[in-house]
Amino acid sequence: MHVPRFWREIPNRYTLVGTRCGHCNKVFFPPRAICPRCRRVGQLEPFRLSGRGRIHSFTTVYSGPRDFKDQLPYVLAIVELEEGPRVMAQVTDCNGEEVKIGDEVEMVFRRIKEEGEEGIIHYGFKARLVRKAGAGGS
Amino acid sequence: MRKVAVVGGGQTKFGELWDTSFRQMIIEAGTRALEDAGISGEEIDAMYVGNMSSGQFIQQEHIASLIADHSGLAPVPCTRVEAACASGGLALREAMVAVASGIHDVVVAAGIEKMTDVITEVGQEALATVSDQEWEAFVGATFPSFFALMARRHMHEFGTTEEQMALVAVKNHHNACLNAYAQHHVELTVERVLQSPLVSSPLKMLECASLTDGAACLVLVPLEEARKYTDTPVEIAGSGQASDTIALADRESLVGLRATREAARKAYRMARIEPKQVDVAEVHDSTTISELMALEDLGFCRKGEGGKITEEGLTAIDGTLPVNPSGGLEGRGHPIGATGIAQALEIVLQLRGEAGKRQVRKAEVGLTHNVGGSGGTAVVHLFRRR
Ligand SMILES: [Zn+2]
Repeated sequence: MHVPRFWREIPNRYTLVGTRCGHCNKVFFPPRAICPRCRRVGQLEPFRLSGRGRIHSFTTVYSGPRDFKDQLPYVLAIVELEEGPRVMAQVTDCNGEEVKIGDEVEMVFRRIKEEGEEGIIHYGFKARLVRKAGAGGS
Repeated sequence: MRKVAVVGGGQTKFGELWDTSFRQMIIEAGTRALEDAGISGEEIDAMYVGNMSSGQFIQQEHIASLIADHSGLAPVPCTRVEAACASGGLALREAMVAVASGIHDVVVAAGIEKMTDVITEVGQEALATVSDQEWEAFVGATFPSFFALMARRHMHEFGTTEEQMALVAVKNHHNACLNAYAQHHVELTVERVLQSPLVSSPLKMLECASLTDGAACLVLVPLEEARKYTDTPVEIAGSGQASDTIALADRESLVGLRATREAARKAYRMARIEPKQVDVAEVHDSTTISELMALEDLGFCRKGEGGKITEEGLTAIDGTLPVNPSGGLEGRGHPIGATGIAQALEIVLQLRGEAGKRQVRKAEVGLTHNVGGSGGTAVVHLFRRR
């Protein structure tokens, strides 16, 4: 991946900043430039998400692209963030058997992948299960 | 708007065609289609070719020119259309629109993909480019993982089981054994499907379509002139196309495809046909769960009951609604751009009564359903024997 393509997404990938429609208040992450509901009537402004959410669905990936080979198998989920939008993210620090639909997660800043020995190291967010004290988690 | 009919079709064998090149494949399928229609190249007014990614698979763009040239048909206009795995269905629709509008009379709708000239990893990475590169592929999403995420949610909401999903693979591989052009000629059992290696849980290897080479072509003419070419014209009675978000996470729901429902609604309305009138269907079973969701989204059963009607055998060749008698994407193979055309060719053969050992009984009305990516595009066509 050429550097600018990665670099221009950094504000959103590093800080979970999406957009919110000033007309209908719907929150978008990943950010959208046009609200599909209000289109030209809507005014989209940057909106920072809390990073809290729940597992909407998940899968363990056993066969993946070369940039992710050293991470296989990894858990991938669609997380429903508490502000409404859903986002695709890996679930970190867990194995597939621990994850259930509805589980609470928080988004944490992690290394996503490396493009070979000398390529770019990509960072972004992964989801981590919120393990409540006394609820059997440790 | 003129009514449009299919008067001929042909395809290559689907599979790992290591000794056949891209250009040989399209010529082979095209020659068979023209022979079937009984026309010569001079009669062709235009061609539409569905192809997802010749750039990634054979490092060749501008295949419209290549195909017109090497078919010996230049200067006939040729147009490439792309909508990931729905490229073929879209080529058919564009060809139909061209004939219906009156701008062209004899039009070829074709589809082709040459996927095995690259190593498997490169092929799979090419497939992943049908998704949102910035927010899905970036975090490690693979093509099967989208359908795995839908399958998990479908199981959660409706109690769909892994056995019900496996039955789709068993049925479609069985049907493929009756199709000489299919990639996979192997009978499966539910146990064997369930024991095959996990690709992206809960989906296993034998539940996902594999990388395939193949090409298919159809010849379209105005319905009122169709009997000049054949005694068994098949009318394209309805056509619908719809879009949805490219990213799966942005969809309203993971247990079905809005694009399929919308495309189907338009096609049914145009054809004045209802789901219960459909005698045979070729649906987009890129994975087993894809077929179950398609049954529901196309109106063949209620949401959540796709597994149940499959278990009851309704979708087998001798069932009340045979689905994927060709073997589908799983059994026949899924050369991306060719799939939508191959589906239509199967329906044409079924409606003509020429499907041999896999012929379904009393086929008057047929449906094809072609999906791009994880559901960002869907194309539905309805066909009627005339
Ligand atoms: Zn809005």
